[in-house]
Amino acid sequence: MSDAAHAHDAHGHHAQPTGIMRWLTTTNHKDIGSLYLWFSFFMLFVAGSMALLIRSELFEPGMQLMRPDVFNELTTMHGLLMIFTVIMPAFTGFANWQVPLMIGAPDMAFPRMNNWSFWLLPVAAIMLLGSFWLPGGAVAGGWTMYPPLFIQGGVSYDLTILSVHIMGLSSIMGSINIITTILNMRAPGLALMKMPMFVWTWLITAYLLIATMPVLAGAVTMLLTDRNFGTHFFNAAGGGDPVMFQHIFWFFGPPEVYILILPAFGIISQIIPTFSRKPLFGYASMVYATASIAILSFTVWAHHMFAVGMPVAAQLFFMFSTMLIAVPTGVKVFNWVATMWKGSMTFETPMLFAIAFVCLFTIGGFSGLVLALAPVDIQLQDTYYVVAHFHYVLVSGALFSIFAGIYYWLPKWTGHMYNEALGKTHFWLSVIGMNTIFFPMHFLGLAGMPRRIPDYALQFTGFNQIATVGAFIFGFSQLLFLVLVLKTIKSGAKATDQLWEGAEGLEWTVPSPAPYHTFETAPVVK
Amino acid sequence: MKSMWQRVGAMGAVWAASQSALANYAYNLQPPVSEVARDVYHLHNVIMLVCVGIFIVVFGLMFYSLIKHRKSVGHKAAHFHENTTVEIIWTIIPFIILVGTAYPAAKIVIDMKNTSNPDMTVKITGYQWKWGYDYLNEDVQFYSTLATPREQINNTAPKDANYLLEVDEPMVVPVGKRVRVLITGNDVIHSWWVPAFGVKQDAIPGFIRDSWFTADTIGTYRGQCAELCGKDHGFMPIVVKVVSEADYKAWVAQKKGTARAMAADNSKTFDVKELVERGEKVYQANCAACHQANGMGLPGAFPAMNGSKVATGPIADHINIVVHGGRPGTAMTGFADRLSDVEIAAVVTYERNAWDNKMGDAAQPADIAAARGGAAVAAAPAAQ
Repeated sequence: MSDAAHAHDAHGHHAQPTGIMRWLTTTNHKDIGSLYLWFSFFMLFVAGSMALLIRSELFEPGMQLMRPDVFNELTTMHGLLMIFTVIMPAFTGFANWQVPLMIGAPDMAFPRMNNWSFWLLPVAAIMLLGSFWLPGGAVAGGWTMYPPLFIQGGVSYDLTILSVHIMGLSSIMGSINIITTILNMRAPGLALMKMPMFVWTWLITAYLLIATMPVLAGAVTMLLTDRNFGTHFFNAAGGGDPVMFQHIFWFFGPPEVYILILPAFGIISQIIPTFSRKPLFGYASMVYATASIAILSFTVWAHHMFAVGMPVAAQLFFMFSTMLIAVPTGVKVFNWVATMWKGSMTFETPMLFAIAFVCLFTIGGFSGLVLALAPVDIQLQDTYYVVAHFHYVLVSGALFSIFAGIYYWLPKWTGHMYNEALGKTHFWLSVIGMNTIFFPMHFLGLAGMPRRIPDYALQFTGFNQIATVGAFIFGFSQLLFLVLVLKTIKSGAKATDQLWEGAEGLEWTVPSPAPYHTFETAPVVK
Repeated sequence: MKSMWQRVGAMGAVWAASQSALANYAYNLQPPVSEVARDVYHLHNVIMLVCVGIFIVVFGLMFYSLIKHRKSVGHKAAHFHENTTVEIIWTIIPFIILVGTAYPAAKIVIDMKNTSNPDMTVKITGYQWKWGYDYLNEDVQFYSTLATPREQINNTAPKDANYLLEVDEPMVVPVGKRVRVLITGNDVIHSWWVPAFGVKQDAIPGFIRDSWFTADTIGTYRGQCAELCGKDHGFMPIVVKVVSEADYKAWVAQKKGTARAMAADNSKTFDVKELVERGEKVYQANCAACHQANGMGLPGAFPAMNGSKVATGPIADHINIVVHGGRPGTAMTGFADRLSDVEIAAVVTYERNAWDNKMGDAAQPADIAAARGGAAVAAAPAAQ
């Protein structure tokens, strides 16, 4: 019997395990892409609930719901989880699904490593979340993990360090896979400068990940040895320097920001041409702008440290280099607007999210420019202005691009159209909710409300209440998105192969839903 | 149905009324009272105008396109996809705008960092969770702790106008004088920030950084710690009183008088009752944030005092921990530099005789003076 099964296997078709084992052992890029996306979706609700708890505590002055140390645990975990277990895995999920489909490859270059890089993530997430039940509570030193505060914490701080190591490992393996796939497995005729923008942005992102994740790993390893093995990297009393941690951490930081936003640029650069029925304006300048942003991002780290007290020359250097990034970023925004110009636009949900992305991400870019000016930053550093700034970049930037991408490709993945009315409702609730939360935070920061405080002075009450109302609108409207995705998987109109009238690219040449194996014979691109 | 909507409407009205009572919607930086803060205020206004201008032009064009170039009005797509001239123009114009704003910003940076020729110098130290002020030329030192009562924070008493922005001992400086501040941290990184002066400087343990301000209007200015420093990061405000030269001199004289009285106390002996009374105040200001007013600590994070091995064990070990600090790596730092002999004696005595601790013994200022010279951290037993 077993011989017979073995003989059957030897003929090329592996017996597909079913149930949980299918997902644990899968090496298929589509399965792994779905795993990444579902994991990210689940963690969005986990980390989002923490945000709602934070906003509930901040609805009124005074301590209502929790102790200050629990509040710090929530802000820290919200940050770590949103970055490392929501946004990054979501983009990796897109890369897994789309990169092989867009370059005409049968799968990722290293399918087993692909499985491994996904399954490390739940382990890391469990280590982080589980620390809520450890003595002393979860990590509460801020997602930036600054010593000496981070040295003071309990055992959950060590778990956080190990968890960051594991997530870094997962990212590095994922990146090696993506780079190898893109460089070696493109369909004949698909030259680098013909690749879809999403593939380009991920190629550059993957290099950023490989360059910066080891730096982060180094920084947290030094924290680990300072905490447990008597080293003094960050302890002035032992000849170290707490500020050195910030230099190393922020060397990782700005490239990490672009890790979180370059794939978003890629998704938006796919969607806007489709619904404008017009090719992407300035393809070559788009590629060069992406590369310049990536390279410049290695020279701006100390713009997070203007209040540390650096010498004048350093302040000026980091101020100028940071302002310089506005130039290639501006080029991208202009290119998107020029792509829409004189197009023949329709406004399906992916396009709506893409347009909102361009507008609102630009607001985040402008507040970034304000913060880049060192003297202004002195007033705004560590205030709600900064909270507003990076949420405009990461919510209306990264997260909206993820929504846009899901609406854009979900019919290809499931074979069903999503419900357009539900999609548009989700869009409008998200846009209104998002702006209600974060726009007032600019004013709070300007008026002098520090970030990461569980209680605030009376003059900050009004805008905080508005923000909290917005948070609940935004948070609960994501349940609508969950319903929409589930409905699309189960039912909905049959999606055509071409799907969108103006869409171009190899992924639209395969049937909807995309079969389990695609491009077993490479297509030829002319 | 009608009654439900009426109720919602009434709730809305109550909410709106509470808004006008509580809220103070400010849309820009706090009114500046120093030259640097004024420069920053204007620079921010300029960059905001630039951003709004660009936003209106770019998104004006985009929304024009969204309205005119849509399929539903029958617009046919053009097919252009590059234009080198346009692309060069929209690379160069932003660059020129940036250079235009970088220049005034650089001038302010240079001014901010120029701390030479001060009229007076104050060293400021951040602690978990209070500020210490040391007037270097005057021999005046004190600590500045949140003065908002716990009942207001816990919502059992109405909140004052300066809720969370009031301290027991504000920093006092004379108007119109160039004040250099030397800023450092004792335990973790804090950040000393007074928005009205345009000063924010991280307080880094082991390093001293400086900044400066010249306050040009008499008044009281408030700020907060701006770097996450643990549990009570939100509860260590900064209050600076800017006063006339004469008032400043009077304040210095009064401070020196208090210091002399305190020094005299150090050579006296007290009975348990006196020390417990005084110790309770010291405990509330210095210990209660972690060990809690009821002495129960926070399980897992901060040990209880009530019934603890330290507070009910040998008094010499107890004194040693308070003077020199607890186990390395914990938040328990020594109070040798922060409290006087009599204050440490009082707080040790209080901890041994408060709650369920009934040791009945007392530490005297002379014991503390002796312990100051004693062995440091290593000899201290585990604090937990």
